[in-house]
Amino acid sequence: MIDRLLIKLRPWWFPVIALALFEAYARTVGKSSDAIAPPSAALRGFASALSDGSLLSATAFTLGSAALGLLLAAALGIAAGMALGLSPRAARLSFLSIEVFRPIPSVALIPLAMLVFGFGLRMEFSIVAFACFWPMLLLSQAAVQQVEPRLLEVSRVLGLSPLQRANKIILPAIIPRLFVALRLGVAVALVVAVTVEIAANPHGMGYAMMIAQQSLNPGLMLAWLMWISVVGFVINYGALRLERAVAKAMGQAG
Amino acid sequence: MTFAMNTGAARTKIDWARSLFGANFLLLVIIFLWWAVSTAGWVSRVFLPSPQATWASLVEGVTDGDLLAFTWATVSRMLLGWALASLLGVALGAVIGLSSTARAYMQPTLEFIRPLPASALLPLAISIFGLSPAMVLSVVAFGAMWPVLLATVHGFASVPAQLQEVARCLQLSRMAYAFKIGLPNAMPDIFAGMRLSLTVSLIVSVVGEMIASQPGLGQAILLAARSFRASELFAGIVLLGLIGFASSALLAVFEKRLLKWQKS
Repeated sequence: MIDRLLIKLRPWWFPVIALALFEAYARTVGKSSDAIAPPSAALRGFASALSDGSLLSATAFTLGSAALGLLLAAALGIAAGMALGLSPRAARLSFLSIEVFRPIPSVALIPLAMLVFGFGLRMEFSIVAFACFWPMLLLSQAAVQQVEPRLLEVSRVLGLSPLQRANKIILPAIIPRLFVALRLGVAVALVVAVTVEIAANPHGMGYAMMIAQQSLNPGLMLAWLMWISVVGFVINYGALRLERAVAKAMGQAG
Repeated sequence: MTFAMNTGAARTKIDWARSLFGANFLLLVIIFLWWAVSTAGWVSRVFLPSPQATWASLVEGVTDGDLLAFTWATVSRMLLGWALASLLGVALGAVIGLSSTARAYMQPTLEFIRPLPASALLPLAISIFGLSPAMVLSVVAFGAMWPVLLATVHGFASVPAQLQEVARCLQLSRMAYAFKIGLPNAMPDIFAGMRLSLTVSLIVSVVGEMIASQPGLGQAILLAARSFRASELFAGIVLLGLIGFASSALLAVFEKRLLKWQKS
């Protein structure tokens, strides 16, 4: 009984001890520091952000623009990926163009998006969409190429039109793989959204954290850092669960 | 038989040449469209400079040295941060991956931190180190360390049972086990992690240059956008794309060569 409890507790020792050490350090050596604050001050900062509503609005902005960008990227990426996966000729024609545009780091587009859209939602979700488009495109292309060839033969025998073939044969066959791509996209979207806010866009969680740092409020800054990692963890975990549930429902183990 | 094989080889060569031509053709079409759209003035020149103007800015920046110096600053920041990240990641990952006890205590925390955007550490680093090159480098190294660290832990933890038995029979010391069995087994994972971490290094370097005003392409393109010099902005984006392309291509070649022994 006790043994089992100890095993259950094992993952918690490391973070608890690290936080306790940090608390002790910040209260003694770093007492007069403007740069760091003990975790207890971060908790107070968290409570204040929660009560004045900034926590909710900033989180909603970041998650909303990440989701919007991801949706756009998924729609375009899956459509293009299916086209490239079905037509080897299209894939051959476009591979060089893809290889030229894909390595552009998404953050390089921050100044351009600033020029075109100004600050705000559109700038952020367009960069998120650019970053998520490439993995969605390549993974859905690979998914289509791995569709069981006999399914394609069936569609040929049935004389399905290309649109029917895409809707009735290909799409259901690649759905589990699409959710794998979507999970990767979720991770990318969240990272890019926060990065855009930290670098330029004056909205959302990343900006709230920058402002807390600039107004020399390390407690609030740490609160945002912790909150961003909690949100990231929960959303990534949720995406993983969704991917597994879909795989299970579609009759694929693992 | 030989004849058939010859024509087969010839045919793939022709196919390959044709596809290369086709691939170039589409890229040329895209550049032509860019030229047409920007020259016809369908999109404001403020956002979309013509390809010629971008090329002129690129050539000017490279020949008078400004852009070249910025590129070098960004590349060296990226490579240094990446090297630090790889060293730290492999060392820490090996220590954690070798011991099942350490994994039980630390892996959940590592997995919890994994989704945290590296750039979210910039404000913390600014308040600790100030707006300095060391600050940017530390965030690049820390952020890029994560993919290598987790991949190394996985690689060291997934040594096949037979190999572990071999090590026990040979009575290998811990050190010998780490270098002779653990590390070779983890190599493919480590390379996958390092490839990801090179991308992270470039991104964090650029963001760090933007917010800490360190010389480099990140700062250069931000200033170009703020003063509406679109052709310089595009030249910077082209250079960043080239850096991304060249670094991942070089790493792929390197990886293929180093992991050749695994194919057999």
